[in-house]
Amino acid sequence: MGNVTAFFKNNIRQYGMVLALVFIMALFQVLTGGILFRPMNITNLVLQNSYVLILGVGMLLCIVTGNVDLSVGSVVAFVGAVAAVFMIDLHMPVVLGIILTLLVGLLVGSFHGYFIAYRKIPPFIVTLGGMLIFRGLTMVILKGQTKAPFAKSIQNIAAGYLPGDFKIAGLNAIAILAGLVLSAIFIAVQLNMRKRKKKYDFEVLPVGLEIVKIALVVLAINTLTLLLAAHNGIPLVLILLASLIFIYTFITQKTISGRHIYALGGNEKAARLSGVKTHRVMFWVYANMGLLAAVAGLVVAGRLNAATPKAGTNFELDAIAACYIGGASASGGVGTVLGTIVGGLVMGVLNNGMSIMGVSVDWQQAIKGMVLLAAVCFDVYTKSKNSSR
Amino acid sequence: MAETLLEMKDITKDFSGVRALENVSLSVVNHEIHALVGENGAGKSTLMNILSGVYPHGSYDGEILLDGKECRFRDIRESEQLGIVIIHQELALIPYLSIAENIFLGNEQAHNGIINWDDTVTLSKELLKKVGLNENPYTQISNLGVGKQQLVEIAKALSKNVKLLILDEPTAALNDEESCKLLELLVDLKAHGVTSILISHKLNEVTRVADAITILRDGKVIETVANSDNEIDEDRLIRSMVGREILDRFPSRATTPGEEILRVEGLTVFDPMNESRAIVNNVSFNLRRGEVVGFAGLMGAGRTEIAMSIFGKTYGVNHSGRVFKNGVEIRNNSVGDSIANGIAYVTEDRKKYGLVLIDDIRNNVTLPSLEKLSKFGVVDESQENLISNEYRKKLNIKCSGIDQRVESLSGGNQQKVVLGKWIMSDPDVLILDEPTRGIDVGAKYEIYTIINKLASEGKAILMISSEMPELLGMCDRIYVITDGEIAGELPRAQATQESIMKCIMSHKRTIQSVLAV
Repeated sequence: MGNVTAFFKNNIRQYGMVLALVFIMALFQVLTGGILFRPMNITNLVLQNSYVLILGVGMLLCIVTGNVDLSVGSVVAFVGAVAAVFMIDLHMPVVLGIILTLLVGLLVGSFHGYFIAYRKIPPFIVTLGGMLIFRGLTMVILKGQTKAPFAKSIQNIAAGYLPGDFKIAGLNAIAILAGLVLSAIFIAVQLNMRKRKKKYDFEVLPVGLEIVKIALVVLAINTLTLLLAAHNGIPLVLILLASLIFIYTFITQKTISGRHIYALGGNEKAARLSGVKTHRVMFWVYANMGLLAAVAGLVVAGRLNAATPKAGTNFELDAIAACYIGGASASGGVGTVLGTIVGGLVMGVLNNGMSIMGVSVDWQQAIKGMVLLAAVCFDVYTKSKNSSR
Repeated sequence: MAETLLEMKDITKDFSGVRALENVSLSVVNHEIHALVGENGAGKSTLMNILSGVYPHGSYDGEILLDGKECRFRDIRESEQLGIVIIHQELALIPYLSIAENIFLGNEQAHNGIINWDDTVTLSKELLKKVGLNENPYTQISNLGVGKQQLVEIAKALSKNVKLLILDEPTAALNDEESCKLLELLVDLKAHGVTSILISHKLNEVTRVADAITILRDGKVIETVANSDNEIDEDRLIRSMVGREILDRFPSRATTPGEEILRVEGLTVFDPMNESRAIVNNVSFNLRRGEVVGFAGLMGAGRTEIAMSIFGKTYGVNHSGRVFKNGVEIRNNSVGDSIANGIAYVTEDRKKYGLVLIDDIRNNVTLPSLEKLSKFGVVDESQENLISNEYRKKLNIKCSGIDQRVESLSGGNQQKVVLGKWIMSDPDVLILDEPTRGIDVGAKYEIYTIINKLASEGKAILMISSEMPELLGMCDRIYVITDGEIAGELPRAQATQESIMKCIMSHKRTIQSVLAV
C-alpha cells in the first residue's frame, strides 16, 4: 500500500479538487437532507451553471497566458441586448440572429485582442475598459429597459431538453443510453492512453488505482445520466457545454495552437524566440473569449427569456474563480479545461446547496470568497512542497 | 596573522533523502581569498547558503564557528549582523532605484524612520570610491552594465561592515576586462581586511587570486590546497574536481570547411531605446559548411545583437543590410522565417529566453518544430514522444524522463535541452550564444563534442563566447567584434588571446572611441 499513499502525496494537486468536489457534494447531500441529488435539482444545477462554465473555458485560455478578461460579464449583457435587437426588434430568423450575435461577440473579443496584442496595452486595463464600455452600450441599446420575449427556440438553448419520448421504467431512454455510450468511450480512451504512456515509460497509475478511477468516473457519468433521465432527459445546454469542453480540451492538449498558448504563458520571451507568433496567439485568445462570451450571452438571454441591462453582472469574477479553484496559476502557463469545470462545479454546488439550505446571499458570497482563497492557498502550498522535493 | 576567521565543521545536509553535503569542513583564514571550486551540484552553493543562514540552524548537522564563537543563524539577517555577506550569481538590485538607494536598501540611513538623503549620498560616494566605480549615486541601476552592477553589490556589502564576503560566480556574466577589475578589487579589499570566499568555474581566475582553494566533489571536500604563491595550475584542479583526467579540454575535430552557406552584408541595426544610435554598424561576414566560427569581443560589443538581428530581427530597429543563404537573399522578418530558412539561435540566457521552465522536457524540445510533428495543426504525440526521447538519449540529458520539468534540471542539462530544441529544428546554421556559460567542466566537454559532431555533419556553427580559451580551442576562424563593428578576422593559426586583444584595442583607437563599456 506504500506506493499508493506515495502516489496520492505526489498527485494530490491533480486530484485534490476532484476530491474536494466530491466532499462538498456529499456534505450538502447530508445538510440539505437529500435534496441536492434529487433529479430535478441536478438538472437545475446544470442549467444554472452552464454559462459560468462556458465563460470559464474561455477565461482559462486568458489565464493560461497569465492575464484575465474582466469584460465578460458586460459582454454577456451586451450580446444579449444585441440578440434582442436582431431577433425581437428586427424579427430576424433565429439561425441568422444567432450567427450574427456570435459574430458580434467575436468582434468585441477582437477589439480587446487588438489593443492587447498589437497596441501593447495591459489586458487588465483593456478589459476593464471593455467592462465599462459594453455595460454602458448595453444600457444605451436597451434604453435601460428589458426586451422580451425571445422565440421558443432561443429559450430552448438554455432550458430545453433533447427530444424523444422512449421511456424505460419511467426513465428517459436516450439519457441512459448516452450514459452507457459515454462510459464505453471513456474506458476505451483511458486504456489507450495508459498503453501509450507505458510505451514511453511515463508515470502511470498502479493498476488497482486505475481500475478504481475508471470505475468511479463511469459511476459518476451514469449517476448523472440516470438522474437526468428521471427528470426530463438531457438538457440541450449540457450537450452544448460538453461539446465545448471536448473541443477546448482537444485544442489545449493536442494542437499546435494549444501548445503555443501554454508556452506563451510559461515564458513569453522564450516562446517568441522559438517562433511562436505571440501577438497573434494573444489576439486570438481574447477574440475567442469574446466568442464564448457571446455563446454564454445567448444562453443567459434564453434562460431569462429577456435581455436586461443587469444580465451577467459579476460573471467574470465567477469564471475567474472557477479557473483558479480548478488549479490554474495566476502567473500563467498552468491550467486545464477540465480543472476549470471542476472548479466551476465546486462554486455551483456551493451556491446551490446553500440556497437550498436557506443561507442568505450575503453569507453565500462570503463563503464562496473563503473557498476561493482556501483553494488557491492549498494550490500554492502543494506547489511549494513539490518544488522543494 | 594567520588566525582562523571561519571554521565550518562536519557540515552534513540532506534534501529529502538526497545527501547534498557530507561531513564538509572548511576553514578560512583571516585576510585571505578562499576559493571554492567544484562541478555543478558539488555542493558549493548549498554550503554557502548554510553559512549565510539561508538554510537555518537545525536544518543541517555540524557547527559553524566565527572568530572561535559558535554561530546558529536563523536567517540571513543574523549572519549579516556578524559581517557575513553573500552576493548571489543573480544580482539582487532593484533596477528602477538609484545606486544610493540600492546600496542602503534594508539598511537605510534614517532617523526615526525618515531617510537622511545627504548621509545616504555622501556615504554612497565614499563606498563607490572604495570599489572604484566612477558613477553618480543618483544613477538608476538599470542604466549600468552587469560589471558595474556587480561593483554596486560589493559597495552594498561594504556598507554592512562586511568581514567575510561570499561571491557566487561573480564573473560569470563579465568580460575579461571587467573580471580583471573585479578580481583586483578583491585583492585590494583583502589588504583592507576583508576576507572573501570566491565560488567560480573560471579556474584561471581562481589560480590567479586565491590564497587557498577548496575543491568539492559530490558533496565532499576532496582537498584544500594552499596557493599563496599562485603555483597551482588549472589541470591539477580539474583532475581533482572531476576525479578523472581530462586529457584534452577541447575535443579535436578534423576541419574541412565546405562552400559558403551564410553571408551577411552591411548589417546595420539601431538601438530600440535610442533610435539614433547604431548598435551594429555595417557588419559583413560569412559562414561555411562544416565550420565553427567564433565571435570574440568584450561584453557589450554587440555580438548578441548581431546574432539576434540575423535571427528574425529579434533585436533592434531600422535594420538594413542583406542576408544570403546559399547565395540567395532570404527574407528575415520573423523567427518563423529564420526557422524556415534553417537558421537557429541558442540564447545566452537559457532561463529567460531559452526555456519554458514550468514545462517538461518534451514540450520544450519540440516547441520550434511542432509544425513538422503535426497534421492539420494537431500534434502527433507518439511521434513527438519518440523524437524527444531520441534527443534525450543523443544529448545524454540526465533526467527521470522526458516528462520531467526543465526547472528541476541542472544548468548543464538545461543547456542540453535548449541545444536539443534547436538541433531538432534541423538548421543549417546554428548560432550558439555563450553555450557553456555557468555549466561545469564535464558538461562543457559534452557540449563541445556535440558542436563538433554538428560541424562534421556539414552544419555551420557561429559561436559567441566570452571565454577566450574556449573560442581558441573550438573555432576555425574568429571574428573580433568591437563597438558593433568587425575589428578583424583571425584564422585559427593566428588567433591567440593577445592577438584578439590587440585587434580590439587597435580598432578602438582607430575609431577614437573612449575605452569604456
